Amino acid sequence: MAKIIVVTSGKGGVGKTTSSAAIGTGIALKGHKTVIIDFDVGLRNLDLVMGCERRVVYDFVNVINKEATLSQALIKDKRTKDLFILPASQTRDKDALTIEGVQQVLEDLAKEFDYIICDSPAGIEKGAQMALYFADVAIVVTNPEVSSVRDSDRILGILQSKSKRAEEGKEPIEEHLLLTRYHPERVAQGEMLSVSDVEDILAIPLLGVIPESEAVLKASNQGTPVILDEEADAGFAYTDAVDRLMGEERPLRFLEVQKKGFMKRLLGG
Amino acid sequence: MTDSSFQLKGSVVTTVLLDIQKFSLDDIIFHLKEKIEQVPHFFNQAPVIVDISKTKESIQLDQFEALIEALNALNLGVIGWRCDPARLPDWKATVTIPLLPASKARAINAESGAKSSDQQDVVVKKIVEERVVSHSSKVITKPIRSGQQVYSEGDLIVLAQVSEGAEVLADGNIHVYGALRGRALAGVKGDKNARIFCKSLEAELVSIAGNFMLSDALQKSIWKDSAQVLLNDENLDVVPL
Repeated sequence: MAKIIVVTSGKGGVGKTTSSAAIGTGIALKGHKTVIIDFDVGLRNLDLVMGCERRVVYDFVNVINKEATLSQALIKDKRTKDLFILPASQTRDKDALTIEGVQQVLEDLAKEFDYIICDSPAGIEKGAQMALYFADVAIVVTNPEVSSVRDSDRILGILQSKSKRAEEGKEPIEEHLLLTRYHPERVAQGEMLSVSDVEDILAIPLLGVIPESEAVLKASNQGTPVILDEEADAGFAYTDAVDRLMGEERPLRFLEVQKKGFMKRLLGG
Repeated sequence: MTDSSFQLKGSVVTTVLLDIQKFSLDDIIFHLKEKIEQVPHFFNQAPVIVDISKTKESIQLDQFEALIEALNALNLGVIGWRCDPARLPDWKATVTIPLLPASKARAINAESGAKSSDQQDVVVKKIVEERVVSHSSKVITKPIRSGQQVYSEGDLIVLAQVSEGAEVLADGNIHVYGALRGRALAGVKGDKNARIFCKSLEAELVSIAGNFMLSDALQKSIWKDSAQVLLNDENLDVVPL
């Protein structure tokens, strides 16, 4: 039985697509057959972050409308074995998604894949609700600032009330908090919320803390998931998060203000 | 059950009981007209039960039917009649309206202006049947998130936090065994004895029976600590637990 994981946040620009790409890649690296679906119909970012934008022929909406088969639309990742991408359409809008259509696609994918990652669009409207409706697990991406935390709280409420599991009275969606763009210096100066502040407000288990890093922007522009960057602490943090998602214990890293020579110490062993 | 085109349900309606002590058609209609003129809205299409248990003389069928006809002409809707079971008239089966079981309800005298003794022959009584419904309390075990609203007709017990931007309402008391960061309104139907209890008071707003207090004022009393909020005259008191 495939596990459906939604990566969501409410607020835009917090790192949903970056996290979807990194976590999807991380799970595939562990040998699980994984597909990442871009639910952001009309904008289409995932293929750019994954560096496969030139290979998009058919998309998610084509499959829903039965204009293409799943195997035609799925793009196999060139770097990572067992990883596939189902891109979004740029010429449609979110109304092109229907519950029945999405359900059919997910059911078909579930026959072949172990993990299905749904990269949610921002907001709490139809697109976002469609992305989370069938989920078993939710990764709520949050930045350490009040508006992002408030929006995440709102999306947690929607996960508990408007998902399929909630509507059918089944076991609720497993919720995880992923804190991204964390800046220990600014936390120390009191400009940012700390990990414990955010945990206290949202009251869900912490999956990981991704430090603010130039490597993330660089990786996005190059079309390589940051988890593959073997020098970036953000990459290590994502690896830790994936390990925790798979049930392994990993201590939190990169929460302290970095001292000089940190990278050297890291690289020098 | 869902494919059925109807549902059967019990229902309680307020009816007017015409309790006849002395059967005199003209008298009854005359005084009844007077009453109707005082509160025409109340009596318009009002369901009426004719009770002849207290009449000493025996009533003939044509007399009784004339009464019903006259009542209907006054725009009242006769829905049934009652009679002392020991003295049921022999025409009981021929009457078209249903014979209702004898009343156990306590009668309320709705008489207003009429004071002379002869007018007491006709007494219009209003029976209000009230159902006492006790509302059980609602227990919530998961956090109440921003944008969610929870209402309880009794007490509301939350075993987790109430986030900022969430709202909890109750006709009774509100207990929050976690941080109360959103809005809490107790006694929303006007119960001034309702209280709010919480483990950590960080609310945006607390209100009891419409008297409210905002976080600015709360921060000056008890903040981020366990507290209860109660109404004292018109003022809210925040007291440590």
